[in-house]
Amino acid sequence: MTVQATHPYVASLLAGSTVLPQSNASWLNTRRAVALERANSLSVPTTRDEEWRFTDLTPLTRVQFQPVSEAAAVNEPDIAAFAVPEAAVRLTFVDGVYAPALSQSGRLPAGCTVELLADALKNRPAQLEPHLAKLAHGGQELFTALNTAFLQHGAVIHVAKNTVLKQPVHLLFVATRENAAAYPRCLVVAETGAECAVIEDYVALSDKTYLTNAVTEIAVAANASVRHIKLQRESAAAFHISTCAVTLAKDARYFGHAVTFGARLSRNNLGIIQQGEGAHAQIDGIALIGGRQLADTHTLMDHTQPNGTCEQVHKTIVGGGAHAVFNGKVFVREGAQLTDSSQQSRNLLLSDKAHVDTKPQLEIFADDVKCAHGATVGQLDAESLFYLKSRGLSDAQARNLLTYAFGAEIIDRIPVPSLVAQLEKFVMARTEGGI
Amino acid sequence: MINRNATTLLEVSNLTATVAGVEILKGINLTVRAGEVHAIMGPNGSGKSTFAKVLAGHPAYTVKGGTVLFRGKDLFALSSDERARAGMFLGFQYPVEIPGVTNSAFLRLAYNTVQVPRGRDDLDPLEFDDLVREKMKLLEMDPGFLSRSINDGFSGGEKKRNEILQMALLEPVLALLDETDSGLDIDALRVVAGGVNKLLNADNACVLVTHYQRLLNYITPDYVHVMSGGRIIKSGDKALALQLEERGYDWLLEGKAGSKAGAAA
Repeated sequence: MTVQATHPYVASLLAGSTVLPQSNASWLNTRRAVALERANSLSVPTTRDEEWRFTDLTPLTRVQFQPVSEAAAVNEPDIAAFAVPEAAVRLTFVDGVYAPALSQSGRLPAGCTVELLADALKNRPAQLEPHLAKLAHGGQELFTALNTAFLQHGAVIHVAKNTVLKQPVHLLFVATRENAAAYPRCLVVAETGAECAVIEDYVALSDKTYLTNAVTEIAVAANASVRHIKLQRESAAAFHISTCAVTLAKDARYFGHAVTFGARLSRNNLGIIQQGEGAHAQIDGIALIGGRQLADTHTLMDHTQPNGTCEQVHKTIVGGGAHAVFNGKVFVREGAQLTDSSQQSRNLLLSDKAHVDTKPQLEIFADDVKCAHGATVGQLDAESLFYLKSRGLSDAQARNLLTYAFGAEIIDRIPVPSLVAQLEKFVMARTEGGI
Repeated sequence: MINRNATTLLEVSNLTATVAGVEILKGINLTVRAGEVHAIMGPNGSGKSTFAKVLAGHPAYTVKGGTVLFRGKDLFALSSDERARAGMFLGFQYPVEIPGVTNSAFLRLAYNTVQVPRGRDDLDPLEFDDLVREKMKLLEMDPGFLSRSINDGFSGGEKKRNEILQMALLEPVLALLDETDSGLDIDALRVVAGGVNKLLNADNACVLVTHYQRLLNYITPDYVHVMSGGRIIKSGDKALALQLEERGYDWLLEGKAGSKAGAAA
């Protein structure tokens, strides 16, 4: 397969994708080939593209990223700080490649499988076919097309009908190498009435420059429930682009918690399609950035059926000369009567040079719905500061505590105590260090 | 309890202050000695809450003139947090809700800020837990309030108990209690006032800012001052409060309006 990319930088990224092994599932080979073709025809988005208006990818295009073929030597103590004792299973990937020695298997209830993508493709291709590279089909999205073209490493979580996996599954992606590109691909399928929780966790062991381009697909069947905790704690020099596509069947529930702390430049896309009546989504987001970081979150909640509910709160804490971007689209289609959807974008600017662009976007085509959205951009509340100072806290202590509280309100809603403790410790250290 | 020889804690002379360019305090004079309880009463908009906030260092107000000595030192040379660490406490009329920080973490942080200036050691969470639970009994507070966010979702009465709990922990030399009785039912008022009474002694003092006499049935003032138009227009003992309860504020204000008119003529 030799197709010449129209864009030289895209061509450099794609070099090496053709050596991937062919799968026995012909549908997958087709989807990969289509994605490769599409990637070849696309160029890197610029700020002239509406969807990338505030996020300039030029710094990314200055670096040549290549996927690695073997996991680097990382030892258990190196990743001890990221351990989540509550997790049932941990799959660890180093620079995008599975690292069995750093993974932990556990006893799962009958009907639950947590497998490497390659194994799942071998063992249960029919279960993957309706979802994989279909929920996130790429369209005109270069990065999703690239991920599909490289589709090889990742995890599949499958929870059978009426099966409940109480403990979360921890997918840990560890970055170690300069200029490495990782294309993790994960699929979560919760069958009718099933329940599970997934922690998608991106961490770094040093301040290297690398690219994570992740795609996650989540299919939530009727009356099933998925909790999805996505932690982006990449290195301060990293590039992180991720896309998550979620489909909700009748009365399905999705609880999303997206935490953004790391990366020089990050883009977090989350698209949820409510395909069945009465489905519910909760979308929590918190970004804490400083220095020259840029964190861009784009979300889409698409209500296509009646009686859907969605509750979204996206917060950013922006210090230094950092830049936060939020674009939250909510579509209520013609048939989606009695939708109840709310969205809040709350942004805390901690310095004169900190910057936020927030754009809530509500498009309603049904006539009997309840939708609310709001955006606030501001500094710490003067009355709250005075309250704390009147109790003897210094100005710095009071500011740190309020900044911490602003973030903790979102972090506290993650029902995994060890993670909450890790994240709050990070926020505390970051606020005390002046962000 | 009045003791003329007791240390003067607060000496306010001809204090004037503005908010957003509007003069709210127009020359206040007040002396508070150790062991005393002062009540500042007055109709809405008289400036009584502003007075308390100016003393505590609220950033919305600008001091324009006059002096205030707190424990013999220039109060306005101190920032609001330094005032707190020097022993001043403001009980808020509307305590601020801060979701995301537990009450216990906040209370310990506040408690520890005043320990160093008093030559004592910080308490770790376990030591502090014993102390705060003891103090909570004083206010008949459920220990469950420790693990909740600061004032978040507290009822009016719960917030006021939490204020007095902070007073109990910080052991101020001068407590300014701004409308502590507002929003309290009669049982909560009894508990909160009982808590304040237990905290008062010969070495500290309290200034109660209140619209109604009701609180003074529980905390007996040594002095009652009536504020109007940014000034203290009458001072007396607790009998004055009872008179106000019976006759309202109008008789005092009419007299003042009359004298003003007279002065103008």
